Amino acid sequence: MQLTNRAQQVVNKEMTFLERLYLPAIFGGMLITIKHLFRKKVSLRYPDVKREFAPVYRGQHVLKRDAEGRENCTACGLCAVSCPAEAITMDAAERKIGEEHLYREEKYAAKYEINMLRCIYCGLCEEACPKDAIYLTDRIVASEFTRGKFIYGKDMLVEKMDDRIDISQRKKHYSIVNN
Amino acid sequence: MEIIFFKIALILIIFLISLGMAAYSTYGERKIAAFLQDRIGPDRAGPFGLLQPIADGTKMFLKEEIIPNVSNKWLFILGPCIFMVTALMTSAVIPWGLPLEFGGVKYNLQIADINIGILYVLGVVGLGVYGVMIGGWASNNKFALLGAIRASSQMISYELAMGMSVIAILLMNNGSLSINTMVESQGTGKLYGFINISGMNWNVFYQPVACLIFIICAFAECNRTPFDLAESESELIGGFHTEYSSMKLGLYLFAEYINMFISATVISCMFFGGYNFPGIAYLQEILPANIVSLISIAVLFGKIIFFIFFFMWVRWTIPRFRYDQLMRLGWQVLMPLSIINMLITGAVLIWFNN
Repeated sequence: MQLTNRAQQVVNKEMTFLERLYLPAIFGGMLITIKHLFRKKVSLRYPDVKREFAPVYRGQHVLKRDAEGRENCTACGLCAVSCPAEAITMDAAERKIGEEHLYREEKYAAKYEINMLRCIYCGLCEEACPKDAIYLTDRIVASEFTRGKFIYGKDMLVEKMDDRIDISQRKKHYSIVNN
Repeated sequence: MEIIFFKIALILIIFLISLGMAAYSTYGERKIAAFLQDRIGPDRAGPFGLLQPIADGTKMFLKEEIIPNVSNKWLFILGPCIFMVTALMTSAVIPWGLPLEFGGVKYNLQIADINIGILYVLGVVGLGVYGVMIGGWASNNKFALLGAIRASSQMISYELAMGMSVIAILLMNNGSLSINTMVESQGTGKLYGFINISGMNWNVFYQPVACLIFIICAFAECNRTPFDLAESESELIGGFHTEYSSMKLGLYLFAEYINMFISATVISCMFFGGYNFPGIAYLQEILPANIVSLISIAVLFGKIIFFIFFFMWVRWTIPRFRYDQLMRLGWQVLMPLSIINMLITGAVLIWFNN
């Protein structure tokens, strides 16, 4: 069966005298390498210059708050169910009177943990979430010295009010894909 | 008396220049390797990474010095020393430029104008094999020994073809072995007897085959790609310097770069006119002699740097030879070729002299 038309018949012909000299081939090769001397370099000087991420890069998660600063998550557990790596654990709790400014829904996640070593960054949690609560971002999970530190709790995941995480690019992209 | 002081100063300067060139060859190698592969290379230590050799040297010095228990300790230390000393000794017979003149005294820019010049270079380079062999043997390690045998057999095989290719030049040079007369004769006379450009009477135009053989053999002598199978530093264990660590390893690597520098110098002196350059006679008429002398030194170093670049350029172009291919090339191709070249040169010279 022919898969592509790029297949080439192998020929085992005798080399001519010029080919056996190898010198023309060597000069050809040296021409190629010298051309690369003047090419544009592909390296980035990393800490000074950073490569731009794709708008849908799947890095560290964020638990979003709404415009008034209330947590979106209602601890429905769909993300944990959808997670193929079983990286997400959560405990639900009921919102008390006087906590309306903290949580948007009547139920909230008292504990929400993602094991960053288990996570495969597939983004299924983000797709499963009905409440716009969890998103993957273009932040890279930092390296640690111990495994325990990779289990991120709410303190690491919920976005800070003074340091909101912009996910508009991501939402825009998804709306294009979904429509 | 002045001459002695001058010679001592010259020895010191050339010693320092050799070391400096070797240090910056390591930097140049990494930089050129990077450029040829579309990368940037070391650029963190100092501006453009220019302090990288110092950082590398410091690293080498601070590493733990390990001498294997079962090794022959004296020979183990002697190996890199011999390699380094022989690498540095070769520069003694190179004429580095036109003579300088101060207060009516002429100072030849050559440490020793001995009449066996090129033979001395070949001999000292041959001694370098001992450094490799002793180092590999004293390590008392199978792989080091194998690497040493491969490296030394390669160096010895290619020395033959190298010497034979030199004979063609000697024939043209009235049998004089002195590198100084060789370089001088390339600066006088007309190219092919009728092209009248002063300082352009280079041997490469008469002996392209000998030049090619010499360059190929120089690659093999320096254990550099495409003949670096004895070391294969990029993927195997490193050949004869497997057991070496710290500055002893540094000495081996460093001496290899000095060898490369000397090879580039000898190539440019023997085939590419040494310090001669086109238009040297005209400059000698209009400029003071000392300035022309300085220009000639700069020209020689330009040629040397080009050939060092050429060494690196080839390294990142040509894949490595297999051991049997290496030996076949040395014994079955280069040896006969250089002998034929020698015979043809002799025949042509007799024809023209009659």
